[in-house]
Amino acid sequence: MIINHPLLGPRDSSEFTYLGDATLINRPDWQAEDAAEAFYEYGYVRDNPAGKHQELWFHEAGDRSWLVVTRDTTTHEISKVELARDVARARGRSK
Amino acid sequence: MLDLVAITALGGSEPQVDTVGGITCSEVPGVALASVAARMGQETKASKALAKLISAPAPGIGQHAGDTVTAFWAGPDQWMIEAPFDTHEELADQVKSALGDTASVTEQTDGWTRFDLNGDQIPAVLELLSMLDLRNIDAGSVARCSIHHVGCFVLCRSDEAFSIYGPRSSAGSLHHAIVTAMRSAL
Repeated sequence: MIINHPLLGPRDSSEFTYLGDATLINRPDWQAEDAAEAFYEYGYVRDNPAGKHQELWFHEAGDRSWLVVTRDTTTHEISKVELARDVARARGRSK
Repeated sequence: MLDLVAITALGGSEPQVDTVGGITCSEVPGVALASVAARMGQETKASKALAKLISAPAPGIGQHAGDTVTAFWAGPDQWMIEAPFDTHEELADQVKSALGDTASVTEQTDGWTRFDLNGDQIPAVLELLSMLDLRNIDAGSVARCSIHHVGCFVLCRSDEAFSIYGPRSSAGSLHHAIVTAMRSAL
């Protein structure tokens, strides 16, 4: 499997390590009223889609950037690779 | 006052040099290193200050630049700075005063060890050691990769001169990997 790194071009998947669902970017506010429930869902509850899935990959044997890879879980086709920081900023994080 | 004896990463009093076929692998202890990470919102200012420091534009993705003080790309808005140890022992301080609050600077000198490969057919050795796409690597390129599970930087200074930076604590393993690959390939 080849992951087309947005900065470095196509790289073999063995250079990367997989973390999991990209919803991990959306860490809840620990001061919110419903923080306990929100962290329970953040920590344990995942969608398990048959189809497109956004997931976090770490380029461990490369430039050590975090990527958000959009992969079809039924075909393993990778349709999109973005830098995780760009995704997080687009969602209003790190401002 | 303690009377300490300086040793190289491989433990010798002199840098180790190995020659196989037409390639020489030399341990290079005389390098000062510092890492630079631009702070959020300060990326443009940091790369301008870096350009002034190395008297060349801040290197882009997978590139290195500079003359005495050189910088190589390590990640998005991150660089490693290298300079001769004899003249730049306090490199981190010098880089910090050049970049000010635009970037965070970390002393890296003793964290890394460097091996220089000189000679022809270096790609024959590197293709045994790493998964790098060597056709896309030419003078001025730098790439981070795994060599025998050790995370390294590979710098191409010219067709016949490459530098490999690896963690100092893995110097022996890295040296073994390089020399074994040289014996296999040449």
